[in-house]
Amino acid sequence: MAEIRNFTLNFGPQHPAAHGVLRLVLEMDGEVIQKADPHIGLLHRGTEKLAESKPYNQSIGYMDRLDYVSMMCNEHAYVMAIENLLGIKPPLRAQYIRVMFDEITRVLNHLMWLGAHALDIGAMTVFLYAFREREDLMDCYEAVSGTRMHATYYRPGGVYRDLPDSLPKYQASKWRSQKDVDRLNERRSGGLLDFIQDFTDRFPANVDEYETLLTDNRIWKQRTVNIGVVSRERALQLGFTGPMLRGSGVEWDLRKKQPYEVYGLMDFDIPVGVHGDCYDRYLVRIEEMRQSNRIIRQCVEWLKHNPGPVMTSDHKIAPPTREEMKGDMESLIHHFKLFTEGYCVPEGETYAAVEAPKGEFGIYLMSDGANKPYRLKCRAPGFPHLASLEEMVRGHLLADVVAVIGTQDIVFGEIDR
Amino acid sequence: MTSRSATLVSTLAARFGDRLRPLRTMAPGEIGFEVAASDLLEVTRELRDDSKLAFEQLIDLSGVDFLDYGREEWRTYSTTVTGFSRGVDPGREAVPEDRRSRFAVVYQLLSVTHNWRLRLRCFASEGEPPVIDSVVDVWACANWYEREAFDLYGIMFRDHPDLRRILTDYGFIGYPFRKDFPLIGNVEVKYDTAKGRVVYQPVSIAPRTLVPRVIRHDNRYDTALKDVPAGAHVPPAEMPGVGTTAAAGGGVRG
Repeated sequence: MAEIRNFTLNFGPQHPAAHGVLRLVLEMDGEVIQKADPHIGLLHRGTEKLAESKPYNQSIGYMDRLDYVSMMCNEHAYVMAIENLLGIKPPLRAQYIRVMFDEITRVLNHLMWLGAHALDIGAMTVFLYAFREREDLMDCYEAVSGTRMHATYYRPGGVYRDLPDSLPKYQASKWRSQKDVDRLNERRSGGLLDFIQDFTDRFPANVDEYETLLTDNRIWKQRTVNIGVVSRERALQLGFTGPMLRGSGVEWDLRKKQPYEVYGLMDFDIPVGVHGDCYDRYLVRIEEMRQSNRIIRQCVEWLKHNPGPVMTSDHKIAPPTREEMKGDMESLIHHFKLFTEGYCVPEGETYAAVEAPKGEFGIYLMSDGANKPYRLKCRAPGFPHLASLEEMVRGHLLADVVAVIGTQDIVFGEIDR
Repeated sequence: MTSRSATLVSTLAARFGDRLRPLRTMAPGEIGFEVAASDLLEVTRELRDDSKLAFEQLIDLSGVDFLDYGREEWRTYSTTVTGFSRGVDPGREAVPEDRRSRFAVVYQLLSVTHNWRLRLRCFASEGEPPVIDSVVDVWACANWYEREAFDLYGIMFRDHPDLRRILTDYGFIGYPFRKDFPLIGNVEVKYDTAKGRVVYQPVSIAPRTLVPRVIRHDNRYDTALKDVPAGAHVPPAEMPGVGTTAAAGGGVRG
């Protein structure tokens, strides 16, 4: 009789279902996973070390590049940590803008997750649908910051600028007729808030569309129900946060439990799973998109009626306006100091956490009183999630590895940092 | 301090006494303690299991290197006749005396039951390599976090089941997040056409400081001056570094 041995399989780092650069060394018994050893770090850029060599404000852009599908939430944790140490609070309008963009980011992230997860398991259409809506939200990013992804919009003391009153419009060209352009520009006639409001009117129906495709789909259920089950106790032991923890039935959301900015004033619910399998986590995230939509609507409503400053007036931290700088000596000095040396943050240490779309994104910031961080540690939610991959896939089939990676919402920018 | 955090502090004080020493530099509203390396395992286990504390989650674990803590690259408190340096002097000064050891590990704990957070700091043993007990048995997720701290700082975790490098390249030499490891690294890779493969060679670019690291004394953050009624006499706070030889020689260093 032939000798039967386990088979070692190398998965990635260039596998389309590895969500970036994950190398998995799988030990297989036939189709069944015996052992899974993720090799990470292929996208390690030393963000934390780089931040130690730069003034505080110059590292905000690095935060976007950590979890590159939920950009502004990363910035949020970073600027909150700096604000904690400086002892400042952004103006109320800036807080509303931050909350609104955090939720826009959550929808962006969940759409990306949904599209990629479904594509991995074999549902092509959802991906195309999800990217249709992502495009509108990317335009919101672009309207406030000038870039579609790496915004650098949040700053210590507020946000970079107020919401614009008009949006850039499409122009007719050889490839796009006037009729098409008029249709595309119809939603862009007002300001950014009108555009977002229009989006929130349409979005619940779009979520229904995704659900029609997936929620009761037999293949989808066969691939996700009872796959990667994590009990409540294990989820806590393994350091799960966000939808991964809620999918296992723990009612925990930083926006509710430790509200930051104006989340305490918002009316929304947090969905919680029951079984802790991939299907429950899918349902949790779908419902989160609907709840985010509710929060965005509340923010739009408030922002429309309450104009005001969006940046602190303390020019030791935030630069004066261009106009002031040209006419006022003191403002010129402030501007010069801020852009050559930055500001010094008083000695201390803090841990600031936000409920990012993937879970708790935290920044542990340590300052020795200098104009650069002494130590910056990014607590990425994906890191402990991926660490538990072995436990979640052991005993499952090879095809389920893809489902589990999908349900963990892995992004290597934040895991490798 | 809110009543909830006061409850936590008093519970901790009653439970652990002087095994936990309060950290000096905490942002307002946050709670942090230093624990001795010999008490680490015992304290963390009690923190998790005591239902009055119930820290079920280890949210984060990070290494810290205190080698350069409080060191400036550029001192400009007093005027010079020679002008200021470029602030790129790589010279090192002695480690401050209140740091008993160079490497520390910082634990961020979270209790889902009671909704409170706690930070623990524990210094690893002196000498090379720095050693500290592993908390994998207390919180399973410490496994990768400790691998990361080992990879980046070279801290050895005693009784860790699988202490391998995690983020750096296969065959990487050195601990990149240590303060004496250069930002640009020691080696670079390139494709060698003659050998037909990728080769390592010493870095060809020089390190450079764009913005020097400065520490400015700021009265607004001076705790001695906080909440002083207007008009009250306050003795002027001493400017750090003023009048010392190091500051006066700032212009010569570069």
